[in-house]
Amino acid sequence: MSRTERLAPWLFTVAFFVVWEIGVRVLDIGTYILPPPSLVFEQSWVFRQALFRNSMQTLYTTLAGFGIAVVFGLALGIFIGWSKTIYNGLYPVMIGFNSVPKVAVVPVLVLWFGIGTVPAILTAFLISFFPIVVNVATGLATLEPELEDVLRALGAKKMDIMLKVGIPRSLPYFFGSLKVAITLAFVGSVVSETVAANSGVGHLMLIAQANSEVPLVFGGLLCLAVLGIVMYAVFALLEQRFTGWAFRGQDRRAA
Amino acid sequence: MSRFVELDDVDLMYGGPDGTLALRGASLGVAQGEFLAVVGPSGCGKSSLMKLVTGLHPPSRGSVRVAGNQVDGPVKIAGMAFQNPIMLPWRTTIDNILLPLEIVQPHRRHFRARRKENEAAAEALLATVGLGGFGRKYPWQLSGGMQQRASLCRALIHQPELLMLDEPFAALDAFTREELWSVLQDLWLEKRFTVILVTHDLREAVYLADRVLVMSSRPGRIVAERRIELERPRSLARTFDPDFVAIVHELRDHISAVRQGEVS
Repeated sequence: MSRTERLAPWLFTVAFFVVWEIGVRVLDIGTYILPPPSLVFEQSWVFRQALFRNSMQTLYTTLAGFGIAVVFGLALGIFIGWSKTIYNGLYPVMIGFNSVPKVAVVPVLVLWFGIGTVPAILTAFLISFFPIVVNVATGLATLEPELEDVLRALGAKKMDIMLKVGIPRSLPYFFGSLKVAITLAFVGSVVSETVAANSGVGHLMLIAQANSEVPLVFGGLLCLAVLGIVMYAVFALLEQRFTGWAFRGQDRRAA
Repeated sequence: MSRFVELDDVDLMYGGPDGTLALRGASLGVAQGEFLAVVGPSGCGKSSLMKLVTGLHPPSRGSVRVAGNQVDGPVKIAGMAFQNPIMLPWRTTIDNILLPLEIVQPHRRHFRARRKENEAAAEALLATVGLGGFGRKYPWQLSGGMQQRASLCRALIHQPELLMLDEPFAALDAFTREELWSVLQDLWLEKRFTVILVTHDLREAVYLADRVLVMSSRPGRIVAERRIELERPRSLARTFDPDFVAIVHELRDHISAVRQGEVS
């Protein structure tokens, strides 16, 4: 990547805030509708402790829900991908499950577990395990039949084929899905915090809005954006590290 | 000569009692160390033959025997190669070739302990197909022809008594294909395993095989048999000699007849 290419995301981010600042000032938009970024940053600094504490709470519920989603999603994905019959039988059920908006499930979770951390974790889990399941199952189900023949003719059991070929082969799908899943988990926990919690960035934004602290509401949004980018980046990096072979680019070829 | 592979009046049907009949009344024998080629139009059940002999699919009727035993499950003594080399991209070429040893007994038991010897064997095999020194490369760093050579090595690493080839050279360019014919002939002359080669390419069949079977289209039946008594090793120049060309034409006539029957 060239220097300009590397710098481009930063330049665009800065440009975004500059345009926002100028736009708000030129169009004379009230701070209670859209505060300029300078004010958002200032207020965020004033409330840095509250923002930090609640961000950590959100991060915690997100990662906890995501962690459960990874374990459960991987297990269910392998189970579904194991045979065509299971795949065909369970896939429609999964689709049905996934089509239910997870916000609608939050009241049920609150009913069962009360307001607080648990519904946030569970919402994050429920919303994020689906892409993991689908990707792992698809990775396993799209195994080349010839390769399966080669191994079966040698007396390989289903387990051998899975361990030697199926699971390594579906790893790029798995890591790819983690990037999507972590972002979704984040959505889940913030939604749940906004509806039913007494801590977390979602909750903080709700309180700030009730108190007409509009710059702080946007401060919360910025925190969410930063957390989201960091988590995405971490998992994109993990993906590169573990399944670099699936991204066989020109530079590796030359190496 | 004892028959190493024997099919006796075999039917093969896919998809239950109302399914399609892929093979009808197929009977054939392959002697130990013989090189048999099977040719025919598309959809003549050549691939079904592969599945039957390797024990991946049971016959609907008749019996299949390999190495004197009734086949009732994977035969475990066969190496296979297909049109698509299907190398695993996360393994080096060497590790791809060693894959069968991680599966098949008795190699599986000693796989870790004999890692060094196994790797040496794989390297030696790579050298014989003209890929010496490429073992540490990943398959995606190799060309299609090189991958197919590696795929042959994978089929042979466990020293199978039976090599099953399903159009292994069909996806290669003409020059590479003919080069690999020679590679395969050399390997076979050296090790004398039994080969069943399924192919569309009549020149390939005549160049490589001791005997060529012609199959009809679905349901597949064996309609002609031709022994190829050209001296070995055969050179590529030989494929342009009149007697060679005559055999190719003779086989072509059989195929045309089969295809005619299909149209009418």
